[in-house]
Amino acid sequence: MKEYQTITEISGPLVFVETDEPVGYDDIVEIELSDGETRRGQVLESASDYVAIQVFEGTEGIDRDASVRFLGETMKMPVTEDLLGRVMDGTGQPIDGGPEIVPDERLDIVGEAINPYSREYPEEFIQTGVSAIDGMNTLVRGQKLPIFSASGLPHNDLALQIARQATVPEEEEGGDDEGSEFAVIFGAMGITAEEANEFMDDFERTGALERSVVFMNLADDPAVERTITPRLALTTAEYLAFEKDYHVLVILTDMTNYCEALREIGAAREEVPGRRGYPGYMYTDLAQLYERAGRIQGREGSVTQLPILTMPGDDDTHPIPDLTGYITEGQIYIDRDLNSQGISPPINVLPSLSRLMDDGIGEGLTRADHADVKDQIFAAYAEGEDLRDLVNIVGREALSELDNKYLDFADRFEEEFVDQGTDTARSIDETLELGWDLLSMLPKDALNRIDEDLIEEHYREDEAAETVEAEA
Amino acid sequence: MSQATDTDVREDGIIESVSGPVVTARDLDARMNDVVYVGSEGLMGEVIEIEGNITTIQVYEETSGVSPGEPVEGTGSPLSVDLGPGMLDAIYDGVQRPLDVLEEKMGSAFLDRGVDAPGIDLEKTWEFTPEVAEGDEVEAGDIVGTVPETPSIDHKVMVPPDSEGGEVVAIESGNFNVEETVVELDSGEEIQMHQEWPVRQQRPTVEKETPTEPLISGQRVLDGLFPIAKGGTAAIPGPFGSGKTVTQHQLAKWADADIVVYVGCGERGNEMTEVIEDFPELEDPTTGNALMDRTCLIANTSNMPVAARESCVYTGITIAEYFRDMGYDVALMADSTSRWAEAMREISSRLEEMPGEEGYPAYLSARLSEFYERAGYFENINGTEGSVSVIGAVSPPGGDFSEPVTQNTLRIVKTFWALDADLAERRHFPSINWNESYSLYRDQLDPWFEDNVRADWPETRQWAIDTLDEEAELQEIVQLVGKDALPEDQQLTLEIARYLREAWLQQNAFHDVDTFCEPEKTYRIMDAAKTYNDAAFEALDAGVPVEEITDIDAAPRLNRIGVQEDWNEYIDDLEDDIESQLRELY
Repeated sequence: MKEYQTITEISGPLVFVETDEPVGYDDIVEIELSDGETRRGQVLESASDYVAIQVFEGTEGIDRDASVRFLGETMKMPVTEDLLGRVMDGTGQPIDGGPEIVPDERLDIVGEAINPYSREYPEEFIQTGVSAIDGMNTLVRGQKLPIFSASGLPHNDLALQIARQATVPEEEEGGDDEGSEFAVIFGAMGITAEEANEFMDDFERTGALERSVVFMNLADDPAVERTITPRLALTTAEYLAFEKDYHVLVILTDMTNYCEALREIGAAREEVPGRRGYPGYMYTDLAQLYERAGRIQGREGSVTQLPILTMPGDDDTHPIPDLTGYITEGQIYIDRDLNSQGISPPINVLPSLSRLMDDGIGEGLTRADHADVKDQIFAAYAEGEDLRDLVNIVGREALSELDNKYLDFADRFEEEFVDQGTDTARSIDETLELGWDLLSMLPKDALNRIDEDLIEEHYREDEAAETVEAEA
Repeated sequence: MSQATDTDVREDGIIESVSGPVVTARDLDARMNDVVYVGSEGLMGEVIEIEGNITTIQVYEETSGVSPGEPVEGTGSPLSVDLGPGMLDAIYDGVQRPLDVLEEKMGSAFLDRGVDAPGIDLEKTWEFTPEVAEGDEVEAGDIVGTVPETPSIDHKVMVPPDSEGGEVVAIESGNFNVEETVVELDSGEEIQMHQEWPVRQQRPTVEKETPTEPLISGQRVLDGLFPIAKGGTAAIPGPFGSGKTVTQHQLAKWADADIVVYVGCGERGNEMTEVIEDFPELEDPTTGNALMDRTCLIANTSNMPVAARESCVYTGITIAEYFRDMGYDVALMADSTSRWAEAMREISSRLEEMPGEEGYPAYLSARLSEFYERAGYFENINGTEGSVSVIGAVSPPGGDFSEPVTQNTLRIVKTFWALDADLAERRHFPSINWNESYSLYRDQLDPWFEDNVRADWPETRQWAIDTLDEEAELQEIVQLVGKDALPEDQQLTLEIARYLREAWLQQNAFHDVDTFCEPEKTYRIMDAAKTYNDAAFEALDAGVPVEEITDIDAAPRLNRIGVQEDWNEYIDDLEDDIESQLRELY
């Protein structure tokens, strides 16, 4: 292996080296500093006489005498089932003091696109135990469903709650005894040490660590490193899902930090910027992460992604949430108003969406009445929300009886259906029954989105009577 | 190859530099837009710039590990598609490699590199029936025979458009594969079922005609308010989650085109899988055969190479034009054209071109118009008539329609279906905003609706539009003072408009019956609302309080028409009940 001591330029996270032999694009590079320290990097651009290298651990302390070795291969992740229970830093080096990792395989971290022809359409329900998700924006195996949050909101609590409670309801007929196991992969990018502790404590307290693999890139770790952390996490996830039959839930937080790192590299390379200075290829780059969720025909396992991002200025038209929303299969909004009202988890179901929901619910999957109940709750809650504005102007007395019921519905929906606390896990039956409790506040003929037979079966006559009495 | 004369061997070049999908090569003798094979793995690429001795290539596959010094091999021909029987029921990537064949060749569910495959099966034999006899004169484009490609579609075998033509000296029926000669001309030219055509070049036609027939979509809001013509163009812009893809899927499923080409351009993998799984199960409402029998899918998902995303819309429209030449009505859905534009932007920025608006290249507008202009209702060079309708989804960042891709698209297309996040949020689907959307085909299509549905289609539609407009104005007042403060007639209008929205404009794509609505049913639902309207205003004039009018049992049944199979009978009964119940009030 040839060593070069021909660094010509060091700029931000980039190092330029003169070479006299061809170097592969995306290849891994080792840079040895004069004090013996070794840093790793990746080839960003390769020309016949020079290469541009992006250094993961930062360029601090590198001088023109440092020696550069090209390893002649692209970045690999050593994978094995023994990774479960381990904690790694953002470049995949163990930091938990555990034994050395003996890999089964070393996989390219960029990963290849899944052939759309080989995919299997995701339609198996994952019960998160959170009513606002299970009932209204159902998550299915193989989906990528981000949490759109903002600074100061409890998105981490929600992610932890889901990681803790998520189960796949037993298939009764299948006799699926061996079943696939559930694993959680946690990829942290640029989160603070405190947040990291919060996650680790929770993992340890609940015993979830045993079935988890943790990658930690903290806020004070080099930004460039963040661009590989999610790829390491997803490579591990794919291995566990498609080779070892696990159902893998990947939590990536915080995607905003990842995108900031992309912008930093783009700026250092003097690229033509796209919107708000983010690189023009950010859509493609994010897609290469998010699209690694899914199921494959003939394989047991699945990769489900739950990326978390904090929207700068609570603005969902900002490029990061915007591009994410265009790639992912829906989104869950954490709402500042609901949070300040003390509702936990403060999920705003109206703008939230799960695109794969319609195929993942219904008879045999969740319950026959699920779709109709969800549609009706959405309609009624939206109606109630609209009326709240009006009430502020004209007062409740000026509204009709039905309008008042919608207002009560909206209040009770938030207080009873959404606000379940972080420690409660509700089964889908409990969630839907609660939905019927609330819908029965409304007169039967206002339930225009529910099939008549289902209304007969589930509508609570006494509940309606109670509300009438209460008003009388 | 379409450049049949071009046989000179071109010299190989050497890779000079690699940066993502953009590779430069030295000493490569190639023309602009030629296809080249890059590196020792032979990755497919296309020449996009030539400067002195340096040729710039966009590569359609991942370039990780490719290094300077590796060879580049020219093919001497531009990026072309394989045309012939076998394209329907197929699923391709952006450069027309069949994804099922790739899966088999690669032996993996993941897309490997450097594997090539022809767009159509070269081995498979097809039953060829001649349409011309020995001694007949044929010209370029003429149909010489047919092949039953799928139960729905007869594939017409045509003389290639660049042929000189001549007298048929040999032709026979029988089973042939696509490379065997089926017709010989006196000029010595041999015609096979297989043709090639460069994707960036429009296939020739005689002339473009004014479209007069609607492309019936089975979607009430589209057919009823904003129809698109066969040979027309439409844009569906909308923020994420507003239902672009569902609308595109609905059109691909139910539009009354002969052939559907569905281009998934830079979108989600699972969505394409949904199409692959759903379409073979669904029935074409016109022929009763499987929907897949008339569908060609092109899937270049967002994580597949960006350069192939740039070419996938061209691959799609060239295939569409080929079927148009046979005299078919073809509908092409491109989801999403914004991803295509972004691919252009990404390549352009790697070339360090001077950017135009928001980093998009200055030629964005030209490329978009070139693409949409390939749509139309045409007289083909063989005398048949065929059409290509193009429906492009647009994904504006932040849902802001003032961005360059939406604006440049709107300057070209004649139908605009604006998706609305507010409507989507309250689960009003399809969430097409009836105040912002428009169709410039409405007037030229009215005669068709008058002749084929009802003579008073335009008047009834105008009534519906007026009612919805009035509702929009009244809603502003209601926001301030509440509904009960309005005069009774306006309260009634609001109620009627609500039924128009809920019973007519809303349509459940996931309901077996409601998912497709024939024009007659579209008319009758609208007319049922009008019947209620007319009877209700009569009752109001007779002094019946508005609460009583809106309280009749029959009215809410309007919302259930959509899901009725026996809708004709149901509407007859309902209209009777509405009228008699209102009559009883005074």
